Amino acid sequence: MAHAIEAAGLTKKYPGDVRALDGLSITVGQGEILGLLGPNGAGKSTTVKILTTLIRPDAGTAAVAGHDVLRRPDRVRRVIGVVSQKSGADPEASGRDNLVLQGRLYGMGGAQVRRRAAELLARFGLEDAAARKVKTYSGGMQRRLDVALGLVHRPEVLFLDEPTTGLDPEARASMWAEIARLAGDDALAILLTTHYLDEADRLARRVAIVDRGRVVAEGTPDGLKGELRGDAVHVQWQEAPPEAPVREALDRLPGVREVVLDGTRLSTRADDGAAAVPAVLAALDQAGVPAAAATVARPSLDDVYLRYAGRRFAQADGADAAGPAEPATAGGAR
Amino acid sequence: MTALPVGSLVTGTWWMTHRRLSALLRNPAVLVMTLAQPMIWLFLFGELFKRVVEIPGFGARSYLDYIVPGVVIMNAVSLNSFAGMATMDEIERGTLNRFLVTPVRRSAIANAGVVEQALGTAFQSLVIILLGWAAGAHYPGGPAGPAVLVAASVLIGVFLAALSNTLALLVRDRNTIIGLNVMLLLPLTFLSSAFMAKDLMPSWIRHVAAGNPVSWALDAARAALDDDPGWGTVASHGGWLLLLTAATVGLAIYSFRSYQKSQ
Repeated sequence: MAHAIEAAGLTKKYPGDVRALDGLSITVGQGEILGLLGPNGAGKSTTVKILTTLIRPDAGTAAVAGHDVLRRPDRVRRVIGVVSQKSGADPEASGRDNLVLQGRLYGMGGAQVRRRAAELLARFGLEDAAARKVKTYSGGMQRRLDVALGLVHRPEVLFLDEPTTGLDPEARASMWAEIARLAGDDALAILLTTHYLDEADRLARRVAIVDRGRVVAEGTPDGLKGELRGDAVHVQWQEAPPEAPVREALDRLPGVREVVLDGTRLSTRADDGAAAVPAVLAALDQAGVPAAAATVARPSLDDVYLRYAGRRFAQADGADAAGPAEPATAGGAR
Repeated sequence: MTALPVGSLVTGTWWMTHRRLSALLRNPAVLVMTLAQPMIWLFLFGELFKRVVEIPGFGARSYLDYIVPGVVIMNAVSLNSFAGMATMDEIERGTLNRFLVTPVRRSAIANAGVVEQALGTAFQSLVIILLGWAAGAHYPGGPAGPAVLVAASVLIGVFLAALSNTLALLVRDRNTIIGLNVMLLLPLTFLSSAFMAKDLMPSWIRHVAAGNPVSWALDAARAALDDDPGWGTVASHGGWLLLLTAATVGLAIYSFRSYQKSQ
């Protein structure tokens, strides 16, 4: 059987020499869920637009469910479901009307499409709101309707482009539960893009980290984190300490490595973070540069991102750094 | 076209149109409210310029008779030249992209817009014609006259709506659409025979008006409304208008491609 998604060397340039994609390649197997993780502007949405036939790449090849995206977009469109960042639901129409129209566009018959709409409304907890205009829905309800719209015709491949962006924590949790259920369906392959580290960690069995238009690392969340040996230890000062005594103090400690001092903040790795903290604090005390605070975090995808993209996720993400991506909980939640 | 009903132009057009008309029926007040403006033109201009028919050579029995087609066509122009704003809404909301990733054809999406604009314009044109008649306008050429007027208003309306949609798809900027409309609406209307008989225009305006599609629509309609209908004029001016409208709808469908390239 062909792969659900096979993309190789995708390149896309926008006017003004903006390189959105720079040779991106991904593969998603049948029934697999791949998380495409990266900051805003990394090229995730451009990838989704190419794979869903909305735009054409400048170079590269892509096939979805065995159909060439460039040569047979008509065939691709019949087998994909797309939940894009923008809702796209008709705000003036009811949830049910939106679903029925969507089914009609895939050639579903009257009785069939009504049955399917009822089924999806029930499944996504929208039965009571079925006859209400979509503009009266809460953000979470709208997003659930968007996912339902993408599933009306029972697609083989589902694209979820930042499905929880803008949702409150409760709505996000319920969306996660829903996506996890979808992932349990063997017949459905899912490409999930997200710029929330914890989301990729939690939902995707395999993660591809995208930076500046290409995949910089790929593997299972645990596998990727496993490549980073040990826990992250962060030390904080009130004022930036002199570098030399700090380095000297820590270089002598066994099991502590990859010391990065950045102003008042220091990051390092230790095989056993909890045991290392007292030793680190004592060594710094002795060296005359006592620290104000120290924290331990299990390796998170943020650390993986730092390692492969060479910068912190929140920095790369710029204005959107205020997202709920907490590196510490990303590792700890599992 | 494929043998399957999925992605066929007819079913696609049907369901996309169904969607548009459902929206119109959910909120019919819009169609009635936008009639306020042509009503004002009809009765204000009708009163204000009442006596221009006395100018030798104007050639109409009453000014109301003369401006009913003018107001109908001007209304069709102003109603439809903002169609691109609705398209902008659909682009920004993500609705257009939602349809573009389904098997529905681009031409079906465009066709649905044409049907909606045609029906909305025809409805408003009929109301204006009936109100004009109630106020004392004559349509001596019989029912064919108003029918041609409605048809001409639909053609000029669809032409401008397609142009506005093309602009929305290519430029994707509300201010450009509004600016261009404000800039074009008055010249399109007043450099035509909407409110003044052609024989009385300064010659340069007459020449500009001759190339103005708004005039083609008016000439076709007035020829049909005459007590001695000039079917030759109806056919030639109507024919050019039809060709232009068809070409512009084609352009709007084609601009989907450019939209997809640049998003």
